[in-house]
Amino acid sequence: MATATTATFKDFRNSVKPNWCPGCGDFSVQAAIQRAAANVGLTPEKLAVISGIGCSGRISGYINSYGLHGIHGRALPIAQGVKMANKDLTVIASGGDGDGFAIGMGHTIHAMRRNIDLTYIVMDNQIYGLTKGQTSPRSAAGFKTKSTPLGAIEQTLSPMQLAVTTGATFVAQSFSTDLKDLTAIIEAGINHKGFSIINVFSPCVTYNKVNTYDWFKENLTKLSTIEGYDPSDRQAAMNTLMQHNDLVTGIIYQDTERPSYQELVEGYAETPLADADLDLGEETFKQLVEEFM
Amino acid sequence: MAEQLSWKVGGQQGEGIESTGEIFSMALNRLGYYLYGYRHFSSRIKGGHTNNKIRVSTKKVSSVADDLDILVAFDQETIDVNYRELHANGIIIADTKFKPVKPEDTEAGFYAVPFTEMATELGTSLMKNMVAVGATCAIIDLDVSVFLGVVEEIFGRKGETVVQKNMEAIQQGYKYMKDQLGDGTSSLALPPADGQKRMFMIGNDAIALGALAAGVRLMAAYPITPASEIMEYLIKKLPKVGGTVIQTEDEIAAATMAIGANYGGIRSFTASAGPGLSLMMEAIGLSGMTETPLVVVDTQRGGPSTGLPTKQEQSDLMAMIYGTHGEIPKVVIAPGTAEEGFYDTVEAFNIAEEYQVPVIVLSDLQLSLGKHTVEPLDYSQVSIRRGKLVKEGIEPREDKSYFKRYEVTEDGVSPRVVPGVTGGIHHVTGVEHDETGKPSESPANRKAQMDKRMRKIEALPHVFPNPVYKNATHEEADLLLIGFNSTGGAIEEAMERLESEGIKVNHARIRLVHPFPTEDILPLIESAKRVAVVENNATGQLASIIKMNAGYPQKIKSILKYDGNPFQPHHIVESSKELI
Ligand SMILES: Cc1ncc(C[n+]2csc(CCOP(=O)(O)OP(=O)(O)O)c2C)c(N)n1
Ligand code: SF4
Ligand SMILES: [Mg+2]
Repeated sequence: MATATTATFKDFRNSVKPNWCPGCGDFSVQAAIQRAAANVGLTPEKLAVISGIGCSGRISGYINSYGLHGIHGRALPIAQGVKMANKDLTVIASGGDGDGFAIGMGHTIHAMRRNIDLTYIVMDNQIYGLTKGQTSPRSAAGFKTKSTPLGAIEQTLSPMQLAVTTGATFVAQSFSTDLKDLTAIIEAGINHKGFSIINVFSPCVTYNKVNTYDWFKENLTKLSTIEGYDPSDRQAAMNTLMQHNDLVTGIIYQDTERPSYQELVEGYAETPLADADLDLGEETFKQLVEEFM
Repeated sequence: MAEQLSWKVGGQQGEGIESTGEIFSMALNRLGYYLYGYRHFSSRIKGGHTNNKIRVSTKKVSSVADDLDILVAFDQETIDVNYRELHANGIIIADTKFKPVKPEDTEAGFYAVPFTEMATELGTSLMKNMVAVGATCAIIDLDVSVFLGVVEEIFGRKGETVVQKNMEAIQQGYKYMKDQLGDGTSSLALPPADGQKRMFMIGNDAIALGALAAGVRLMAAYPITPASEIMEYLIKKLPKVGGTVIQTEDEIAAATMAIGANYGGIRSFTASAGPGLSLMMEAIGLSGMTETPLVVVDTQRGGPSTGLPTKQEQSDLMAMIYGTHGEIPKVVIAPGTAEEGFYDTVEAFNIAEEYQVPVIVLSDLQLSLGKHTVEPLDYSQVSIRRGKLVKEGIEPREDKSYFKRYEVTEDGVSPRVVPGVTGGIHHVTGVEHDETGKPSESPANRKAQMDKRMRKIEALPHVFPNPVYKNATHEEADLLLIGFNSTGGAIEEAMERLESEGIKVNHARIRLVHPFPTEDILPLIESAKRVAVVENNATGQLASIIKMNAGYPQKIKSILKYDGNPFQPHHIVESSKELI
């Protein structure tokens, strides 16, 4: 197969049958990534999907592209390493709400601050799916799970408010059944120069009987329906999130001015580091040695 | 004339003790002397006793000296803590400022010199260390003009006057001390050195330089004693080759980011100490399971927990060999000198790529932070071997079948493609997987993949260059001393002394600690009457590893030290005699 210059979403399909429960929200996220990748003009070789551990984390195995299914909570540092190594790759990191907002929360915050050019897609089902239904930082107060039989008593985390205050340059939220919108947002995330975080409400039909498809349909507001909503206005973004209890979809905030991490790194090579000749050369080595004399 | 000199400067941390030692040793290095420095310091920035002990010789020296010739004291604590190391001909020179008191039970000479006062008169008390350097020169009969170059280098940026003032401080210290000593040659005068230019560096510099020579482009790390100098050096140098250092949010991020970068096709690594390594264990397992190259430097310090963060210890050995759950092929290399630190780090990157395994470069505080004279490093010995890395020319497959990244091969190593390569798409997962990387729980596949992974490093002890350093001249030794990392220097000196008393001693230093080079060491153990494993830990970890691999549980004894300080030759001499 010669390098294809264009691809369709079908090229991003592989032969693996997902082991998700029928009806799981993650199926649509997978489809949206495949469509967005084709729409922005990628070929499978140029895409690396790095995922964490959880039902959602399996996603990298279901897309025909390079992919790495790592360890719980660490998709982001792995993905940042991949992007630093090869700036020509499009890197998508993804995983669940537990993966990114519990065990991996430290990395999420610092990836937002660092602003390396990659797209982070969270499949937020407000529960731990893979371990069979424990509470997540995204679970609503009072939500009864295996680990909170009397109802969750901890404050629900707002990843979107956190992202806006932490300095993320692209903050968006979507709903997995909304394939068209979700695809468009992922495309925008990939095209954004810098770190983009996209939180996707992706219902777990097996363990979350509260935040169901119907529940989201009833409670979500599309930002496109709010007149004059301006995603470059950080203050308005925060106000809107608070007013709607975070239940909005669309691009919440985008800063197109701030350069990505790689643009700011002193001396960072113009060409992918993965292509570099590793030999330091005798002359350079000699100079380095001289400095210790 | 003395063969060599042992000099120590001490005072309160943050008082310029470090720069005193630094200037003194830099000048001597340029004259061609061999140096070996060890800093005693505390985990705080200001205050607390600190000292820098520097050994100077016309021959290579590789351990902290047993005794002391000159003690330069900037406070009474320095005298009280250290004077017992001085031999009868030794000299204490102390700042008059703190009204020094000479201990009653010492025969060493004692001179109070107005370091601070003279410096203050010259403009600033900061120059008191220069006065002390000058006074030292008077004792060892060293022409102070050799300091000019060093002073210019350090203070040149601050202008000509500052350079002049500092030189003046050195000269005045020299003159004052000369007057005190009176006429006659000093018994502490050093014979002239060979004038050869040699590198003078800490082990961490050598490791960092090794990483650079190996072609590293990204270091991901989180600061910690005694590893930080590795990242500090590379922060300065990596931009020159298009790379960078990322200071991550923690060591889990550091290790996983390095894994991502290696997966992405570059050479990347991290360095830390015990606490950081504990956090990295799950990531190291990911590297092993996904066969993604990873190099991690562990500069051992006193454990457990925060332990003795600024003190010497070698207690991470077992954790480095066995750390991470489940079973992976892993390589642990333990350089014993700065030179080995350089070459072994280069080799670590080659092994990581050739065998597609995590490689731990094990160091210890004494090696990492001790500043030594280093023999010329030979760039022609640096080779970059990337193993079965495939970058192009993959046979096209019409169906969308995945590339066999984990193909079962005879040597266990499979072809490795990195993202971006046409025709190389495959999956990578820490879940057990088949030859294309897709998850598989089939027992037959599990066994095939596990065997394949473990097979990779079986032959390593046979191909690793000098897995055991040997200084073994006796066919039947009375005693075989075995160590690893920085203890080698003290062992060699202890050996010389034991030999001079007619005891036949062999020395073996394990450089490849995992997989263990059993065949290499076994004949030495078999032919020795007694075996003693010298290590800076409380439980004899290396001794356990040796017994496990080579047997002889009765014969193998331990010489242990875990008080935070390095072995000095006399410790080993004394313990050895007790054993034989
Ligand atoms: C270090 C570690 N701790 C715990 C686990 C067990 N574990 C696997 S997935 C998971 C949580 C999954 O929840 P989430 O990230 O929300 O993903 P989901 O399954 O809901 O998609 C946990 C706790 C693990 N794999 N690794
Ligand atoms: S348990 Fe929930 S999250 Fe997991 S696959 Fe089933 S529906 Fe999806
Ligand atoms: Mg979840």
